[in-house]
Amino acid sequence: MTIKKVLAIETSCDETSAAVIENGNHQLSNVVASQIKSHQRFGGVVPEVASRHHVEQMTLVMEEALKQAGVSYEDLDAVAVTEGPGLVGALLIGVNAAKAVAYAHQLPLIPVNHIIGHIYANQLVQPLKFPLLALVVSGGHTELVYIEAPGHYEIIGETRDDAAGEAYDKVGRVLGVPYPGGKHIDEMAHKGKDTYHFPRAMLQDESNDFSFSGLKSSFINTVHNAKQKGEKLDPNDLAASFQAAVIEVLVKKTIRCAKEQPVKQIVLAGGVAANKGLRTALKEAVEQELQDTELLIPPLSLCGDNAAMIGAAAFVESIKTDQIDLTLNAQPGLTI
Amino acid sequence: MRILAMDTSNQTMSTAVIEDQKILAERTINVKRNHSVQIMPAIEQVLKDAALTLEDMDRIAVAKGPGSYTGVRIAVTVAKTLAWTTSTELVGVSSLKVLAGNASPLDESLIVPIMDARRGNLYTGLYTFREGQLLQLEKDRHVSAEEWVEIVARRQRESLQPVQVIGADYIKYQELFESKLKGSLLTLPMYQQLPRASVVAWLGLKEAPVDVHSFVPEYTKLTEAEENWKEANPDQKGGSYIEKY
Repeated sequence: MTIKKVLAIETSCDETSAAVIENGNHQLSNVVASQIKSHQRFGGVVPEVASRHHVEQMTLVMEEALKQAGVSYEDLDAVAVTEGPGLVGALLIGVNAAKAVAYAHQLPLIPVNHIIGHIYANQLVQPLKFPLLALVVSGGHTELVYIEAPGHYEIIGETRDDAAGEAYDKVGRVLGVPYPGGKHIDEMAHKGKDTYHFPRAMLQDESNDFSFSGLKSSFINTVHNAKQKGEKLDPNDLAASFQAAVIEVLVKKTIRCAKEQPVKQIVLAGGVAANKGLRTALKEAVEQELQDTELLIPPLSLCGDNAAMIGAAAFVESIKTDQIDLTLNAQPGLTI
Repeated sequence: MRILAMDTSNQTMSTAVIEDQKILAERTINVKRNHSVQIMPAIEQVLKDAALTLEDMDRIAVAKGPGSYTGVRIAVTVAKTLAWTTSTELVGVSSLKVLAGNASPLDESLIVPIMDARRGNLYTGLYTFREGQLLQLEKDRHVSAEEWVEIVARRQRESLQPVQVIGADYIKYQELFESKLKGSLLTLPMYQQLPRASVVAWLGLKEAPVDVHSFVPEYTKLTEAEENWKEANPDQKGGSYIEKY
């Protein structure tokens, strides 16, 4: 199946997004309706609230994406949608909207894995070269994915408990910064110093897996104990110490994997890819230790959840699909 | 006028195609299946059954809730997207009114559509037929079953009308209704207990088309998180929480 232009839809968590992508690497539009302000009221994403917002926004966002791209349905070759992983109620809105558009205009329907989408966000900036190693870090995921060739994915490391972004959100709550905490902690970290030396979990371990719940507990205990003793801690130093512990483990394990199993590119992906500290540290480490490996870091606009990345990944996934499967369902626990 | 109608508010999934006062095709399934998987194939099939296509439709009608949050959202998302993407009129009909529409159109009866909303609560409302028109006497709501039965009983004492309770979940509340409305309850046969898309379409004939983009389900209830938040922040007016970029 030759596919040029794709209407892509993403609703896996708290952003309703639609995009039009050409040839898997050119973004004609990418509209994102973010619900962050709504969920800030509750200190985190409330799934039922997220689903309700998706219904409010879905057709508006699709219309805007088609308008900005200047395309009509006759110009489209397929509809792509995130089938999972994510919040089931949220995914269902995108999946059902995508099926309705595909059916109405008799367009092929391409289900896309959200994680693969995050990785392929980089293809909108420059071509991916294989084999590559992707570090996917977000509120729901922390994974090292080895990709030998397009469509051949292997998870070689993942978190055994909290995702990195999840740890940021929880620590953010203790520090009293608004949800999502990552951005604020990143800013505070740049004003502070790593003075608390929190544990670098599983750094010496042979596996490529991660663990962030111990770090989170250690952080909470430090704050709690100081409070009981009436001591005042410097929030910027706390943020810097926490961030240093997260980044050191992420970067060192990524570099180690790339040395053991050489790759042409290292690709950073996911919401936490927007973290300045992580971007800088990974860049420095690759420059120093892996001179022959290219590092791809997505622009900030493509780090968070968006439909452009789903449209980019759809070109790889399209090999598997050549018809409309109207029974497509949401797959909240989808793996790669 | 040709209408494609659908209802996935609860366990029953129903789709229908009508032309003016004539039902061309209807499919109603009442076994526990996944609406998200089944709805689009069902729409494709019911249109085939009617020997028509989506382009032949003048209007899309959908049961807009209340009901299962996820269930209501599936039909509403499909109906809204189909209407938007084909520039077809969209109408929404209360899912309770759809059940009420199953009642015998006896001028003198009080019609009580019910759905179990768990923890002893109901989604319900009060309707009656007058000269063939289905009228609403008490608005749709989420209410405790105990409280609701008192309201219906009071209405019944005032009007002395017989009461028809409709809905597959009636069996769970039958004793309660009988305890307060003994002698005035009419029991309906099983084929009048399920929501039918032909009723959605029939009621949809009379509804005014809505703005497709802003059309959302009638949940009749805020999410628990929002209820708690409102209680803690009584001064906050709300407004839009969505930011586009």
